[in-house]
Amino acid sequence: MNGLRTGSIYALIALGYTMVYGIAKMINFAHGDIIMVGAYTLYIGIALLHLPVIAAMILTAAVCSILGVLIEKVAYKPLRKAPPLAVLITAIGMSYFLQSVALLIFTSTPIPFRSVIDLEAVQVGSVNISGITIVTLVVTTVIMVCLTLFINKTKAGSAMRAVSEDRGAAELMGINVNRTISMTFAIGSALAAVAGILYICQYQSLRPTLGALPGIKAFVAAVLGGIGSVPGAMLGGIVLGLIESMAKAYISTELADAIVFGVLVVVLLVRPAGLLGKKTLVKV
Amino acid sequence: MAMLKVTDLTVNYGMIQAVKGISFEVKEGEIVALIGANGAGKTTTLQTVTGMIPSRTGTIEFAGTDITKVPAHRIVSMGLAHVPEGRRVFAQLTVLENLKMGAYTRKDKDGIEETLKEIYKRFPRLEERKSQLAGTLSGGEQQMLAMGRALMSRPKMIVMDEPSMGLSPLYVAEIFKIIQDINASGTTVLLVEQNAKKALSIADQAYVLETGNIVLSGKASDLMNDDSVKKAYLSE
Repeated sequence: MNGLRTGSIYALIALGYTMVYGIAKMINFAHGDIIMVGAYTLYIGIALLHLPVIAAMILTAAVCSILGVLIEKVAYKPLRKAPPLAVLITAIGMSYFLQSVALLIFTSTPIPFRSVIDLEAVQVGSVNISGITIVTLVVTTVIMVCLTLFINKTKAGSAMRAVSEDRGAAELMGINVNRTISMTFAIGSALAAVAGILYICQYQSLRPTLGALPGIKAFVAAVLGGIGSVPGAMLGGIVLGLIESMAKAYISTELADAIVFGVLVVVLLVRPAGLLGKKTLVKV
Repeated sequence: MAMLKVTDLTVNYGMIQAVKGISFEVKEGEIVALIGANGAGKTTTLQTVTGMIPSRTGTIEFAGTDITKVPAHRIVSMGLAHVPEGRRVFAQLTVLENLKMGAYTRKDKDGIEETLKEIYKRFPRLEERKSQLAGTLSGGEQQMLAMGRALMSRPKMIVMDEPSMGLSPLYVAEIFKIIQDINASGTTVLLVEQNAKKALSIADQAYVLETGNIVLSGKASDLMNDDSVKKAYLSE
């Protein structure tokens, strides 16, 4: 159950990586730090501004969306035609920039945070499921269903898939590629905000680097599932969460992370495109 | 009336000047062919016309409006559609989704349904395969899809880049017949082709492009009988 919960959070973050990769063809390494910004925004909203919980959550999602779009416009858009390595380095730089700004404002001292999700644990047979787990699973499921419907059934979703496949041809259809990329960053960052909220309700402590580890693990999840594939990111996240909690329970807490990354190595050796990744067709 | 008027257009690819100051026009209702060898600048010219690559100097006017600086995504709603080289259908989208993308800028739902019916009538094979992924279609079918997709925007004019490339002779004949049909139903056509013989046989006017310059122009039927054209492009 813990594995499913952590896995759901990874899946939410992995969706952001995979969608941005699909549309903008880049790995947004600052994505993990959006989670951190989300966590601090929620803290500010509740502890300092004394907003109602729902309002603070909406504020968090809005701030993260706007930040995501802003980062793309300022840092990545000027590099649209630059070599991938330049974009990658910029993304890593952006990640450190966000962490440093948080460090300047909030210092490195962890800030305690009381979970805003207060729900009684539920007893199912012999298993005790905590309130936060239930909320996490429900929220993630709803988001995944909505997102899948959006991408596959709506006009904007089809446009996103078209841009992902062939940017030039999409432009010929009259699709505004810049706007589509902005929309993708907004959606991905909003998902990171949700992940951030669920994450700190679980860990109840705020640090400027809190986004780094879930960020990198979600990236692993996205690659595991097949980067660029939306169902792949969902599957990759859940699988990763389950592996991690099993490793913690049955092997060793210290080794859990090593095992997680080891799994990535093995999967990539066997299936380089990831579990649900498409084989890249090379046109002659 | 000139539907499309290109004046003194130059286009650079990095350091290389691919198009070196060409002027041509396409009158309403015509089929105009742009022929020439590989690397003559035909595709570059078309891509500049629809805003996919920027021009360096010169002007492009479409239906009386200067579109030289208009970005690609705003061209199609002005009534100018582009069937790109190599078809470039969205392989991971279904045939129907591809067609709907063609109507992306249109808001009239009923009108879109009507256009879709017309296109299915013109290309019955697309209707048979409407829920299939576009990537699973044959080359000829993909070409039809690319054309149908462009027609979904109900364009005044359509530019086509090498529609017969890589197709079997049977499909080539069919594609050229479809181009004539599209033109007969009122759409102006600018056609880029390496198959000069076929292109000249259906075109009204034609321009011959050589290393970025227009070296010859005139009525297609006259060019067909021109000795230099015969020698260079009609392999006679």
